[in-house]
Amino acid sequence: MKQPWRELVLPLSADTIAGLKAGDKLMLSGTIYAARDAAHKRFIEALDRGERLPVDLGDSLIYYMGPTPTRPGDVIGSCGPTTSARMDKYTPRLIVEGLRLMMGKGNRSPEVVAAIREYGAVYLVTLGGAGALLSARVKSAEILAYPELEAEAVLKMEIERFPVIVAIDGQGNDLFKTGPEQYRKA
Amino acid sequence: MREIQTSVIAQTVARLAEEANYELGSDIQVALGRAKDAEKSPLGREILDSFAENAHRAPELRRPLCQDTGVAVVFLDIGQDVHFTGGDLEAAVVEGVRSGYQKGFLRKSMVAEPFTGRKNTGDNTPPVIHYRLVPGHQVKISLMAKGSGAENMSRLFMLKPADSRDGVIDAAVTTVEEAGGKACPPVIVGIGIGGTAEASMLQAKRSLLRKVGQPSAEAETAALEQEILSRVNRLGIGPLGLGGTVTAMAVHIESLPCHIASLPVAVNLQCHSARHREVLL
Repeated sequence: MKQPWRELVLPLSADTIAGLKAGDKLMLSGTIYAARDAAHKRFIEALDRGERLPVDLGDSLIYYMGPTPTRPGDVIGSCGPTTSARMDKYTPRLIVEGLRLMMGKGNRSPEVVAAIREYGAVYLVTLGGAGALLSARVKSAEILAYPELEAEAVLKMEIERFPVIVAIDGQGNDLFKTGPEQYRKA
Repeated sequence: MREIQTSVIAQTVARLAEEANYELGSDIQVALGRAKDAEKSPLGREILDSFAENAHRAPELRRPLCQDTGVAVVFLDIGQDVHFTGGDLEAAVVEGVRSGYQKGFLRKSMVAEPFTGRKNTGDNTPPVIHYRLVPGHQVKISLMAKGSGAENMSRLFMLKPADSRDGVIDAAVTTVEEAGGKACPPVIVGIGIGGTAEASMLQAKRSLLRKVGQPSAEAETAALEQEILSRVNRLGIGPLGLGGTVTAMAVHIESLPCHIASLPVAVNLQCHSARHREVLL
């Protein structure tokens, strides 16, 4: 039988985050922030200069995503996840600075998994390659920072019942390891 | 000698860019349905359902199938009895990509300098163009919208001839395993064997233009495709890399003669959103 999808509203409490388990299926609603490669580079440069970031890491979910252009009258274009591993170089630092929730596709480096476990963060994945379907779950989107980065600008987005799967939980359980192990044939 | 206006090329390329990005080919939709029937993981089946639903919703929402609308890779098979008039052929292909990506609200992902400023060119140009001269008086244009999630997992192996058939299998399986969920599985595995380093890589990419799951016309190659498919699907990677029995939907192999000292094997992965279109002018 299909496991149900659990409805959650952002921001998540520390207890809720701590209770998430790899393999959980969630329908998330609330505010999230989209930032990908070039924005992450700028985040780290800003932190190095001692500046504040355009997003409050402690309360935020960062979604690795760069959408297609918005048609006039539309909310957003296609908006599926990009490959999270490209952010691995920057992620441990952001976790140290307070980031607890991130979302993308694909597995993470051992360094990121270690930081996730040490600080009790959670890595979520959503439907890679299904950007049109996901766009229907976005109620609003606006550029928050770095507009000159175009497809890589930081966006503030309101989502409603956005389907996500917990891939790496705060104990370091990693669905990218346990899932394939379950179905692997020698 | 047949004359073709380069403006027709530009219009055709623009149309192919839009169609490829909004409408998933019927062959890949059928393959996704088969994948769902074969998938043992309940989560994997739900994910495959959502891919089918995405293909259905994209045209009605007027939003591209995937946010990564890719590098436009354009293959031109030009009949040698064709004469292009009205301007530069390459400029026409570039113009087609520019206008198709603009009109179609497709993402502009190309940066001008790969290792310095990485400034976005703003119109998804330049495309990558592969020309081939063929007999006849027709022009075949194929456009592939190749996203980087899968493209970044490409590998080239310069094997020793002694590595032989098993070496080819290992190369393919290793590539798919290392790609894991990054390449948006279930994937199509494009493999080029033989030629030189660059020729095998181009063959691997060309193999992805084939209808999904259409076997090689050559029996031994078709058998190797099946063996690699079965090996890859034993990895357990599954839809999006979260575990399952369908990691690849098909393996396509194109081979070329090669040097006595060489055995190049190129692997080019295609994500489940296999977007390409072709037209014969």
